[in-house]
Amino acid sequence: MLYELTPQQQEDRASFVAFADDHLVPEADRWDREQRLSDSVVELLGKSRLLVPTLPTEAGGSGMDVETYGLLSEELGRGCGNVRNLVAVQGMVAHALLKWGTKAQADRWVPRIGTGETVGAFALTEPEAGSDARNGSMTAERTGAGFVLNGRKKWISFGQRAGIFLVFARLEGEPAAFVVERGTDGFRTEPISGLLGLRASELAELTFDGCVVPEANLISHGRLTFDLLATGSLDYGRYSTAYGSVGLAQGCLTASLEYTRERTQFGVPIRDHQLVRRMLTDMISSVEAARLLCRQAGALRARNHKDAIRQTLIAKYVASRTGFRAADDAVQLHGANGIGPGFPVQRHLRDAKVQEIIEGTSQIQQVQIAEMTL
Amino acid sequence: MADNAGNKAAIREFILENISESTVRDDEDIFERGLVRSMFVMQLVLFVEQEFGVSITGEDLQFDNFRTVDRIDELVSRKLAAV
Ligand SMILES: Cc1cc2nc3c(=O)[nH]c(=O)nc-3n(C[C@H](O)[C@H](O)[C@H](O)COP(=O)(O)OP(=O)(O)OC[C@H]3O[C@@H](n4cnc5c(N)ncnc54)[C@H](O)[C@@H]3O)c2cc1C
Repeated sequence: MLYELTPQQQEDRASFVAFADDHLVPEADRWDREQRLSDSVVELLGKSRLLVPTLPTEAGGSGMDVETYGLLSEELGRGCGNVRNLVAVQGMVAHALLKWGTKAQADRWVPRIGTGETVGAFALTEPEAGSDARNGSMTAERTGAGFVLNGRKKWISFGQRAGIFLVFARLEGEPAAFVVERGTDGFRTEPISGLLGLRASELAELTFDGCVVPEANLISHGRLTFDLLATGSLDYGRYSTAYGSVGLAQGCLTASLEYTRERTQFGVPIRDHQLVRRMLTDMISSVEAARLLCRQAGALRARNHKDAIRQTLIAKYVASRTGFRAADDAVQLHGANGIGPGFPVQRHLRDAKVQEIIEGTSQIQQVQIAEMTL
Repeated sequence: MADNAGNKAAIREFILENISESTVRDDEDIFERGLVRSMFVMQLVLFVEQEFGVSITGEDLQFDNFRTVDRIDELVSRKLAAV
């Protein structure tokens, strides 16, 4: 198979490159330091219909196809991993509501997320349940008015900013998903700061203490809530993370090519030293390989192919590891400058580590790839 | 569009490709027998949507719809009739 971009895809990609270069690259280090995205970039993403571009136009998107969405995720990942994460999470929440909610629920919440009027958050992980998220301990019970929620969620991206939370809890012994809006009695969020990477992803811990939501906020109940709604959202997020990791690795490669051309030691540009070339060629070839896996996953996803899920797992596993290795080598090639604040590679290295943990750790990807292949 | 027997055969074939056994009865609960893996339901929905050109939505999410070849076939027939 030859993964050539169509003229339209090339044009779209050029506009994503320009978006990242104009709006993300100049600001990403500041957002990282301030541990917060600017409100204006979130607004701009919404206005540009880039928050959930894969939604239909009337639902707040631009009807973007899944392969083009991959190209977007790569450029966002190159520019700022937090923006890429924001866009992934908005897509996870909006598509879950659109696909599995009633029409009234989709009409009520999805366009608000697509246009950026209200940010969404995906609340699955708990303090005691991460990889084994199926066995979370948050509970929901029926009351006259609807449901009462009790429990905690942790490490929730954009939990500081979000107004709409898609929350998983156990109802009558089965998994269930609810929408909880900020401001609901008995629900509060506390910021988590001081992260190693994805520092501007505005993480929060959520507490539900006798929090009552109406019947209309129940999105799904029953075993398939986990098997389809949660797992499907994570699959969507993994595709974005895979491409985002390629973008991150590409950012490291571009920075390294430039730096090793400019920096002279022992009388020659450092790229003329063979050991430096070895690192560069490893980076060049692994970025290409990871990108091809993402393209393949995208092509299969576009066709709803039954192997799309497994190929996305493989792409995410390989790309996130590639991203971390590329960032590690990029810092090495930059020497002390790689450690200092003036170059983006140290941020990329910190962000790259996170890609190996979110949407399933590398070990969980390995478990799942084996399970689906052996 | 495949006839009803054809639909059932396609569903059975897909299930056999994705479980650890080489036979399955049409009324056998594949979940109860512990045959399915964690991503199976997602793959099954992708397969049903792609193969039969229907869209599975929230109202179809009852676990019962997916437990046996017969039940999946009934779901597909209901969806096709509604198109
Ligand atoms: C920046 C960031 C943003 C996040 N955003 C969100 C969000 O928006 N929403 C959300 O719900 N969650 C979010 N998370 C949480 C994330 O999904 C979890 O951290 C992740 O699933 C891993 O869970 P854990 O941290 O509890 O690790 P654990 O599950 O405790 O794992 C610890 C270690 O044990 C290993 N391990 C566990 N089980 C196995 C096994 N069966 N075989 C082999 N090794 C195993 C893991 O690979 C890992 O190395 C975020 C996390 C971070 C860091």
